[in-house]
Amino acid sequence: MGEDHADVALILGALGVAALVLAALARARARGGNSPIPFYLLAGLGLGSLGFIEIEDTVVEVGSEIGVVLLLFMLGLEYTSSELRSNLQAGLPAGVADLLLNFTPGLAMGLLLGWDLVAALLLGGVTYISSSGIIAKVLTDLDRLGNRETPSVLSLLVLEDLAMAVYLPLVAALLVGGTAISTLGDVGIALAAAALALIVALRYGERLSRLVAHRSEEVVLLTTFGLILLVAGVADELQVSSAVGAFLVGVALSGPVAEEARRLLGPLRDLFAATFFVFFGLGVAVDELPGVIVLAMTLAVVTAITKIITGWWATKRAGVGLKGQARAAGALVARGEFSIIIAALGVAAGAESQLGPLAAAYVLILALAGPLLARYSGVLEPVLALMSRERPQRAKPAPP
Amino acid sequence: MPVMTEVIETQLPGVGVRHDFTTRSGERLGMIVHRTGHRDLLVYDRDDPDACGLVLRLEEDDARTLADVLGAAHVTEEIARLQSVAGLTIDWVPVTRASACAGARLHDLGAASERGATVVAVLRGEETISAPPLDFVLQEGDTAVAVGTAEGVRHLFELLQGSSVDPLPDL
Repeated sequence: MGEDHADVALILGALGVAALVLAALARARARGGNSPIPFYLLAGLGLGSLGFIEIEDTVVEVGSEIGVVLLLFMLGLEYTSSELRSNLQAGLPAGVADLLLNFTPGLAMGLLLGWDLVAALLLGGVTYISSSGIIAKVLTDLDRLGNRETPSVLSLLVLEDLAMAVYLPLVAALLVGGTAISTLGDVGIALAAAALALIVALRYGERLSRLVAHRSEEVVLLTTFGLILLVAGVADELQVSSAVGAFLVGVALSGPVAEEARRLLGPLRDLFAATFFVFFGLGVAVDELPGVIVLAMTLAVVTAITKIITGWWATKRAGVGLKGQARAAGALVARGEFSIIIAALGVAAGAESQLGPLAAAYVLILALAGPLLARYSGVLEPVLALMSRERPQRAKPAPP
Repeated sequence: MPVMTEVIETQLPGVGVRHDFTTRSGERLGMIVHRTGHRDLLVYDRDDPDACGLVLRLEEDDARTLADVLGAAHVTEEIARLQSVAGLTIDWVPVTRASACAGARLHDLGAASERGATVVAVLRGEETISAPPLDFVLQEGDTAVAVGTAEGVRHLFELLQGSSVDPLPDL
């Protein structure tokens, strides 16, 4: 009894110190106006290398799991089902280009390093998905939400999210492994379940939203939170990945309830997501970082270029001028939370040991470089002008 | 009646809806209605028409104040909310000279209410007469606010507009 008590005291104290360290970092960050993710990762790496706290406690592990689930839920919540539908139709060519251009470098590097296919597919996912969290914040901070290139950028982010709904269950099934036939069966089941859930979410979303809605905030908070965890648990049991389950609950909720859920669960998400990023950082052996830094730099440069091409092509198709093309191209470069989530899937399943450190270093680079490229997108203009084979003056449409 | 400027509506996934139009002097103006309720007033840059030279954040009450100053009525927002109720249509029907109903009582519009539409308010000059009595007499220049089924409102529209010689506004 006395020993248990001492344990609790130790865990609480350690968590408190960790949270205060994060708070101090967040304070420093608020002045710079950057994404918190690199700082959380650095805090995790730092605390891990110092051996400051030994977190092997299930409480923290569950906390970090909840962080992933809430991140994905909020991502699903971000877009209404009608937005998903209309973007799927209108933005598909740009979305496919995005997938081909940005998934391939990660996949190729994984294969070149001699990793097995699943690990290479995970690295492809890491390089593919832009950070909608960082990008939304950058666009807001730079007053670019009203700009004409912004719908193209947002549309790409929506399609990436939709792609995740297919990708996550797929890699989850592949990670379980087994014989070729049983894996094929697992993949089939996972994809069928995800497709079914997506259809249900799109079709019966409104009914579900009405069911959740209530005058009392407490009721909405507990119902939503319970629903997310329950669906995530069931999805995990079915090998569809808990994150996908949570994502689909988010997609299904719409209207005023979605707004309320966002407001109520936002702080919870921030808390648990911080836990998740720190936990991921803690899990990365710091002495492995120097070994992957060159790889991470190479991958970062290549995939920054491929995202720039994606943004340029998508906005050019939409008839946006050169400056707008450059802004969109720069904004899309940032990678963040979802790259880490994908890498964490692999780390948890014991895939390639370099995946964790490589993803951490990669995200550190692009989560910091992305917002800078977005802000100083002017540097991209000459290059994009060359690519368009147009002089900058000509690319600028005449004022009406 | 002045020609309605074309307002372009663009969905911004995860953010809200952007409305924008070009003013007579050639400036491009826009407004983002965020899902959270606040608005951003946008003035596009002349040199770079894709970017905003000015972005002004308006909270919900600021937006209402601005709308008041610009002369719009509170009613609009309330009615827009009503309009989203399934199966219910709301329309503003100007009573034109061609209308047989100028000078008629609301009671005489009985045929329309049988089809499921009612006049719930009449806008006359600066004045809003809500829930007008049945013996209320319509005048040329009034605007009747009609609520009901789509078919009923259409019928009412035809009645009030008479043989629609004027191009129908807003439709």
